[in-house]
Amino acid sequence: MPEPVIVARDLVKTYGELSAVDGISFEVAAGESFGLLGPNGAGKSTTMRMVGAVSTRTSGELSILGLDPDGSGPEIRSQLGVVPQADNLDTELRVRENLLVYGRYFGLPRRQVAARADELLAFAQLEDKGKAKVDALSGGMKRRLTIARALINDPRILLLDEPTTGLDPQARHVLWDRLFRLKEQGTTLLLTRHYMDEAEQLCDRLVVVDKGVIMAEGTPAELIRRYSTREVLEVRFGSDRNAAVAEQLHGIGERVEVLPDRILVYTDSGEADLVRITEAGLRPVTSLVRRSSLEDVFLRLTGRSLIE
Amino acid sequence: MSAPVRQESLSSAPGRRGVGSLYAGNARSVMLRGWEATRSTNWLVILSGLFEPVFYLLALGVGLGALVGRVTTTTGEQVSYAAFIAPALLAVAAMNGAVYDSTWNVFFKMRFARLYEGMLSTSLGPLDVATGEILLALARGALYAIGFLIVMQVLGLNLSWWALLALPAVLMIAFGFASVGMAVTSYMKTFQQMDWITFLMLPMFLFSATFYPLSVYPEWIQHVIQALPLWHGVEIVRALTTGAVDVGILWHGLYYAVMIVLGLVFTTRRLRVLFLD
Ligand SMILES: Nc1ncnc2c1ncn2[C@@H]1O[C@H](COP(=O)(O)OP(=O)(O)OP(=O)(O)O)[C@@H](O)[C@H]1O
Ligand SMILES: [Mg+2]
Repeated sequence: MPEPVIVARDLVKTYGELSAVDGISFEVAAGESFGLLGPNGAGKSTTMRMVGAVSTRTSGELSILGLDPDGSGPEIRSQLGVVPQADNLDTELRVRENLLVYGRYFGLPRRQVAARADELLAFAQLEDKGKAKVDALSGGMKRRLTIARALINDPRILLLDEPTTGLDPQARHVLWDRLFRLKEQGTTLLLTRHYMDEAEQLCDRLVVVDKGVIMAEGTPAELIRRYSTREVLEVRFGSDRNAAVAEQLHGIGERVEVLPDRILVYTDSGEADLVRITEAGLRPVTSLVRRSSLEDVFLRLTGRSLIE
Repeated sequence: MSAPVRQESLSSAPGRRGVGSLYAGNARSVMLRGWEATRSTNWLVILSGLFEPVFYLLALGVGLGALVGRVTTTTGEQVSYAAFIAPALLAVAAMNGAVYDSTWNVFFKMRFARLYEGMLSTSLGPLDVATGEILLALARGALYAIGFLIVMQVLGLNLSWWALLALPAVLMIAFGFASVGMAVTSYMKTFQQMDWITFLMLPMFLFSATFYPLSVYPEWIQHVIQALPLWHGVEIVRALTTGAVDVGILWHGLYYAVMIVLGLVFTTRRLRVLFLD
């Protein structure tokens, strides 16, 4: 395995009484894409900010590209690209200017930044918006511009905090495609999600975080194998009946989980179990058999659903 | 996406550890950003700042001055009323420009536009941001000062060659106010608190020996005014444009040096707490 570019050991961040991050350890190798998965308030953004050298850790060890963020903030940040959870584009500048000015913050020469800005506008599919005002962009366009901006210094590590927030499925698809390309080019990616979709395929490895601690770590496939079954059968009986029906499902599947709007049956063969349920005289309003996802892993680990 | 634009220029940091994490030596880029932003949005504000003191000078100095006649300066010189208030208005213009840029502008960027958050996730440090913003305020102050000095020259109100030094003096005044203004702003949380700044500036403008000599006040009020920054600025500029220069000017200069240093120290510290906590 190549030299790790991020090493966190017992990382802690407290705000007054609250431990936002409570002893997290992980390593990210060069070129790897690593995910932090967890619900609201888990401490993902706080971890990202510490890795991004804009928040000082309370205790623990942290090394980014072999440097300690406490003493080498600017040097570390010069090699990072940061996509914050909420866009902070410069609304007093136009789209292309945003890229130019940001590049200058890194001390990059004007000509180089100009060439790079044009490449990135194309990358973000914003070529014809270069002269537009930032406020005139749609939410998805702003997000893409933020990501383009994060790439202006050709970062070695890209930190993406909920990169697809506010994007429609198509824009999301474009974004994942772009991230895949970056990954292919060897950029290290660290990203957070509070729900997992395409990220499942993008992340080589991830940690599930809850309340500032790591609940599990592994590749998506490993985690699913370890904490869930091969398939999941989702049945709905109407929100008032789900709990009552669940009582009668004993012996079906390996495990049954009742959510407010549906029942999840963890099993190795969803179809077979669905037949057993209907044979028992229970008629679900809707039913669906799908493969296990990280969502299920999360539910198993924390007893809570990721999507509220 | 393959152009190798990685930059290595910052890797010389180990020698300056403490400062290294605060300052990347790139305040220029922050100024450049301000210039780009001003170019596209704020022209009117800049122009109004240029004309305001000229209007005061015409209305009060030339108009009212016809009734007032000659005035005696601190150093005993007899000068026309216009020549008396012109340097004060110059100092005030520098103060206003610097304060506007370093308070309202900075407050907005800090609390609403989240601009500094973006800047500080690049290789910039808080000292780059503070210095850049303050220098930008200075550049604006310089623009006002040059414009106003030209008007003074045309009206024959620069009574000495010392007046040339009024330009650097005004920059120092602007630097002092910008530096302290930004430090104070960094502690502000609401618009109401920001209004206090405006509330304090107006009396300082009116009473700091701007429109009449300090000697009209009872002694204790004189002391209060002498403790305020604008009075020192007015004294410096007036000494220079009327040509009545003495050693006292150095004390006034020292006052501003202290303002500048304290302002920078607190601003940097505060930006660090706010954005690199
Ligand atoms: N600057 C701060 N001051 C005080 N508390 C904070 C601060 N930043 C974060 N917290 C607290 O730390 C905890 C973790 O927050 P964090 O933003 O890291 O969560 P998250 O995992 O990113 O959640 P989300 O999915 O909602 O973005 C929360 O309880 C939050 O209220
Ligand atoms: Mg977050």
